[in-house]
Amino acid sequence: MSPELDQSQPLLTVNGLSHYYGSQLGCSNVGFDLYPGEVLGIVGESGSGKSTLLKCLSAVLPPSEGEVIYRDRTGLPHDIYQISESARRMLRRTDWGVVEQNPRDGLRLGVSAGANIGERMMAVGARHYGGIRSEAESWLDKVEIDLGRIDDLPTTFSGGMQQRLQIARNLVTRPRLIFMDEPTGGLDVSVQARLLDLLRGLVAELGLSVIIVTHDLAVARLLSHRLMVMQRGQVVESGLTDQVLDDPQHPYTQLLVSSVLLP
Amino acid sequence: MISVENIDKSFTLHTQGGVSYSVLEGVSFRVKPGECLVLNGPSGAGKSTLLRALYANYKVDRGHILIRHNDQQIDITEAEPRAILAIRRSTVGYVSQFLRTIPRVSALDVVAEPLLGLGVEQDVAYEQACTLLERLHIPERLFHLAPATFSGGEQQRINIARGFLPGYPVMLLDEPTASLDARNRQVVVELIEEAKARGAAIVGIFHDEEVREAVATDYLEMTALESAA
Ligand SMILES: Nc1ncnc2c1ncn2[C@@H]1O[C@H](COP(=O)(O)OP(=O)(O)OP(=O)(O)O)[C@@H](O)[C@H]1O
Ligand SMILES: [Mg+2]
Repeated sequence: MSPELDQSQPLLTVNGLSHYYGSQLGCSNVGFDLYPGEVLGIVGESGSGKSTLLKCLSAVLPPSEGEVIYRDRTGLPHDIYQISESARRMLRRTDWGVVEQNPRDGLRLGVSAGANIGERMMAVGARHYGGIRSEAESWLDKVEIDLGRIDDLPTTFSGGMQQRLQIARNLVTRPRLIFMDEPTGGLDVSVQARLLDLLRGLVAELGLSVIIVTHDLAVARLLSHRLMVMQRGQVVESGLTDQVLDDPQHPYTQLLVSSVLLP
Repeated sequence: MISVENIDKSFTLHTQGGVSYSVLEGVSFRVKPGECLVLNGPSGAGKSTLLRALYANYKVDRGHILIRHNDQQIDITEAEPRAILAIRRSTVGYVSQFLRTIPRVSALDVVAEPLLGLGVEQDVAYEQACTLLERLHIPERLFHLAPATFSGGEQQRINIARGFLPGYPVMLLDEPTASLDARNRQVVVELIEEAKARGAAIVGIFHDEEVREAVATDYLEMTALESAA
C-alpha cells in the first residue's frame, strides 16, 4: 500500500502547542492527531484562542512552544516550523489551503475570477492556457458561479459568491488539508446554508481533511466529525461532534450548548 | 452482536446549580443476530438514554458496550471518534424519533446518503431509496424536496427509510412508529421482521403495544431511578 493510501497514519500531529502574546495567553498545551478525511471543528466564544490556534496550525504564526508535524504525500513527516521557509511555501501551495473569514483576505481583488483560480494552478506549475481556463470554468461550475462571470472582478461579486470563489481558488490545486476560519461568518442565513451544503459535498467528494474554526455550533455539527471546545486558550473538551453537543460534560460546553436554540 | 456490561449513566447540569442525577445503573444485556430487544418502562426511565449510549451519542460513566464490527469486538465507550464513525457507517444504524433536517438536502438525498457513503453506485442507491420511500407511501412529488416542510409522520418515514436502507447488522430504533398511521406502522413492522430475518440485532423502544408484541424477542424492563443529590 502506498503511504498516500495509508489512512491509519495521521496527516497532522500536534503536540504541546502553546502561544503567548507577550504575557497574554493565546492557546495552551494543545495536542491532537488529525487523520486523512477527518474534519475537526474548533468551537468556543470569541477570544477563546481559536484563531490563534488555527494560525499556529497553518504555519502562519510560530508557536511559543510545541510542534506541528505534517505528513506529506509520500508519508514523510515534517515539523512545519523546523523546515525551511521555501519548503513551507511549497507545502502551502501544493498541500494546504486556507479559507479566510473575509474573502477579501483570501482573494486577489485586482484580477478576474478566472485568474484567481488560474493563478493558483500556475503557482504549482500549470502552463497551458486552455487547460487552465477550462479547469477554472469547471471549478466555477462546481461552486455554482455563473460561467458568464469568469472575467469579472471579485469586487463585483456578492459576499456569498466571493466566499465560493475563495473555496474554488483553494481547492483547484487539490490540497490535502484545508484550514477555515469562520467561513460562513459574515453571510446571511440562506447564503450560509448554500455554502455549507457545497462545502459538505466537496469535503466528502475530495476526501479532504479540514480544520474549521467556528463559533456557530450548527455549522460545527453539520461539517465536523470531531470537536474541540476552547475556553481561555485551553481545550476543555473534545470528542465526537454529536457526543460533545448532545451530552456535553464540561461546564463551559454545557453553557455554550444551552445558550443556543438548536445546536 | 451487542454486549452491554454494567453501564452507569448520570447527568450533571453545571448550568443549573450542578444538580446531578443517575439515569442508568448496572445495566447489562446481550443481543444476538436476529433478536429484537425491546426497552420497556415509563417516561423518564432512561430508554432513549440507553439507546443513545449504544450509538455513542451519549457517554457512559462506567461499564462497557461491545459491538461486533468487521469481525472484531469494539468497545465503543473507549473508541476514537473515527472508529465510532466507521462503526456507524457500516454496522450500527439509528432511527431517532425526529429527523434532523439539513437545509437544501432533498428527501431522496437524505435517504440515499448512507448507501453512497458505503460506496454503492449512485443509480443503484437512488433506485433502492425510491423503492423504499414508495413502500413507506411517501408521494413521489416529495422525493426532491427538502424534508424541513414535511409533516411529522412524513419526516419520520424519511428517517426510517434512511435507517433501514443500508441493512445494518445492528439497528437502534427510538419510537419509529410514534407518529405513523396504521398502514405505515405495518410497513415498519415488516421492515423490522425482514431485518431480523437477515440477522440484524435490534434494540428498540415502541410505545405502541401491538408493534412491541409483534417484533420483540425479549424485553428489558427499566424503571426511573431515584434522583441522587
Ligand atoms: N442530554 C441530557 N442531559 C441531561 N439530562 C438528560 C439528557 N438526556 C436525557 N436526560 C435525562 O435522563 C432521564 C431519562 O430520559 P430518557 O429520554 O432516556 O427517558 P425515556 O425513558 O426515553 O422517556 P420517554 O419514554 O418519555 O421517551 C430524564 O430525566 C432526562 O431528563
Ligand atoms: Mg425516549
